[in-house]
Amino acid sequence: MKIMFVLIGSSFVLAIGFLIAFIWMVKNGQIDDDYTPSVRMLFDDGTVKKTDEEKV
Amino acid sequence: MIETLNKNTKTTCYHCGDFCAEETLVLNDKTFCCNGCKNVFMLLSENNLTSYYSIEKNPGKSLKQSIGNKYAYLDDTNIQSKLISYIDHKVARLQFQIPNIHCSSCIYLLENLYKINNAVVGVRVNFLKKTANIVYDVNKISLRQLVELLASIGYEPSFTMNDINQEKPKNINRKLLFQIGVAGFCFGNIMMISFPEYFGLDNTTRHYLSSAFGYINLALSIPVFFYSGQDYLISAYKGLRKKLITIDVPLALGLVVLFVRNFYEILTHTGLGYCDTLAGLVFFLLIGKWFQQKTYDSLSFERDYKSYFPISVIKINADNQTTTVAIDKLKIGDRILIRNNEIIPADSILLKGKANIDFSFVSGEKEPIAKELGEIIFAGGKQTSGNIELEVKKLTEQSYLTQLWNNDIFAKDNASKVETFQTKVSKYFTIALLAIAISSAIYWAVYDSSKIIGAFTAVLIIACPCALALSSPFALGNAMRNLGRKKFYLKSANVVENIANMDTIVFDKTGTITQSNESQIEFMGNPLSQLQKELIFSVTQNSIHPLSKQIAQHLNISSAIILNSFDEITGKGIKANVGGNDVEVGSAKFLNITENESNALNTRIYIKINSENVGCFVIKHAYRTGLKQVINQLANQFKLHLLSGDNEQEKTFLQTVFPTSSELLFKQNPADKLMYINTLQGNNQKVIMVGDGLNDAGALKTANVGISLSEDTSSFSPSSDVIMDAANFELLPKYLQYCKNTMKVIYVSFCLSLLYNIIGLSYAVSGTLSPVIAAILMPISSVTVIGFTSISTYLLARKMGR
Repeated sequence: MKIMFVLIGSSFVLAIGFLIAFIWMVKNGQIDDDYTPSVRMLFDDGTVKKTDEEKV
Repeated sequence: MIETLNKNTKTTCYHCGDFCAEETLVLNDKTFCCNGCKNVFMLLSENNLTSYYSIEKNPGKSLKQSIGNKYAYLDDTNIQSKLISYIDHKVARLQFQIPNIHCSSCIYLLENLYKINNAVVGVRVNFLKKTANIVYDVNKISLRQLVELLASIGYEPSFTMNDINQEKPKNINRKLLFQIGVAGFCFGNIMMISFPEYFGLDNTTRHYLSSAFGYINLALSIPVFFYSGQDYLISAYKGLRKKLITIDVPLALGLVVLFVRNFYEILTHTGLGYCDTLAGLVFFLLIGKWFQQKTYDSLSFERDYKSYFPISVIKINADNQTTTVAIDKLKIGDRILIRNNEIIPADSILLKGKANIDFSFVSGEKEPIAKELGEIIFAGGKQTSGNIELEVKKLTEQSYLTQLWNNDIFAKDNASKVETFQTKVSKYFTIALLAIAISSAIYWAVYDSSKIIGAFTAVLIIACPCALALSSPFALGNAMRNLGRKKFYLKSANVVENIANMDTIVFDKTGTITQSNESQIEFMGNPLSQLQKELIFSVTQNSIHPLSKQIAQHLNISSAIILNSFDEITGKGIKANVGGNDVEVGSAKFLNITENESNALNTRIYIKINSENVGCFVIKHAYRTGLKQVINQLANQFKLHLLSGDNEQEKTFLQTVFPTSSELLFKQNPADKLMYINTLQGNNQKVIMVGDGLNDAGALKTANVGISLSEDTSSFSPSSDVIMDAANFELLPKYLQYCKNTMKVIYVSFCLSLLYNIIGLSYAVSGTLSPVIAAILMPISSVTVIGFTSISTYLLARKMGR
């Protein structure tokens, strides 16, 4: 049954890792703006879309 | 008819989507309404940024107004240092407020600004706040050039006196999120460790694990209690010192009892403790708090006159040279130059030029007022006819308009104007809770003294009003979100409850129940020939009646025909003979015409030429659509009042709109309005003020709830509790009803949570509350309440429509 302590110990390490990641994320301001990044990721870099009436 | 046909065949600008009215410029098969728009397109296509146009259609902003040397003041190092947040010898960083950020194309263009000008190092847009964080190379470009670059592509940053005078806002308070993170972490782990116990362990395993698990749980509950839950403990303590029983008192009581009993049970090996209940309780409470904290970042509810006035003004020195000075550096006696569409920054005397000042935002008078040389012009007005020269007589902060802000009402922070339902209830709840706990302790003292402490603490634990504390934040928070989706933006969730308690509404007139743009004239009937137009013009031009004047202005003809006879019957119409033609102008009754439709919001002026009916001019009042319905619906539930800064010209019409019991007051100055609200409140009325301009600022602030209407929610609106989109004025009664319904949802969910409390208490008083029951009951009651309030507020919002 001593294996339980190892398991619990490792699960704690994992969970603490997530907690640190969360705190880091909040400190970094990642959740201050929850809208713009969702739009930003859709932009193509530098290339003009060939859709619409674009021919330039 | 011809008007609308023309509009359909008109071309629209590829850049801004406006109709190309005066000139149409063509480039690459694309049409542009002005050189400004064309230049932006050329600039973007040179830099391979034409994706701007494929993300959203016609995303640009019309650039018909030129920039000039409007931003000369940005060369002033003093102003620069106040705007720039970081600077070294290479780069500077600052945040711009850009009201024109409105679509994804805007984000695209701004964040690719470095492609247009390599002096820009990087741009980060926050769409919801409408801000752009820009880092630029100070050696390659000046702040002024940067701002001019932004303005040239249609993203003009807005600077106001506030940016300069106020301290930079502190970083957003993220403590709550950390608290939630810690509580969530501990809650999850405690649950995981407690589960095996609940499901039962055989004796050998229990020997190994039980005490170890207990200690781990205890260790985990320490940060929950002291870090995550500290706000509840502190606020309960503060409340008690002020002899106030808030909802935090029974909560804190429950938390303390839980915490102490956990320690006692686990350290003495007498039980499992309630660590999971403690952690779950704090976690849910914090989630509720976070949910209620939603704010609308792009809206500012705390604006005063400082954010209305521009940063700087052009000063004329003794040697007739002009310099730009910050408004707070203006001195009495300074000569200043005000250009068209600029705001008068301080009370001053007109020295030169033709002053036609629009005071609609300041005083509520809708017509621009012409001022003579030597007359005093109050600050806040907007010049509408070319450049003028003024001499400053009073400093901005001592001006007639800004003095309103010296009233005490602006110094007070009247956040908690009314006692909330929750505080009202928690008083009785706490007393009842203590009574039950003590009586069960007394009962067990008589029958089984070993159970005294157990029963007493169990009552405090199980009755800890978690669900009750959650019902208000969730219902109000949800209501606020739903209203926000319908363009009714609340300053905080508590405003919902305030609105539900109101019984009186006071309206402002200009800009609130009327539209700020001018009334419109349309001609109905067969198109008029040139001769007919000239005839009508000649007649109406001679009348002093405002409606005739409007018609004459509308026809806009330069040559008038001499009248043979002219007979005006006051209030009815005109009969005249013009060059042998009989022209009659007036109401349908006056001309013996039967109207096929009549509309109180329109005025129709009929025309007869040589006894033949040629048609009528329809003059639309600038009242908001649906005004009458809105007033009728509101009149059932509220006492209505009207305060107007304008003259009594429209009193008769307004009397037909408002119920007879309403007070309609005219020529009210800003201080009068404030006083009037005070008087109403003195009579124990709870007042909603609906206004729009600076002249309502005092009234909006004094009123229990201030609602400011705004044509464009990103532009200036005075300090208030609610900012609502003026286009949705018709929905006002529904918004208010929704707030009242939300309160009903809170009452029902309160009953639900009481029900759970009663079930839990029946275990507690009998001294048989096991940790498992507590661990199940607490989350279930919270989830029920959260689910119920969320679903019902959502359904109510759907019922509201649109």
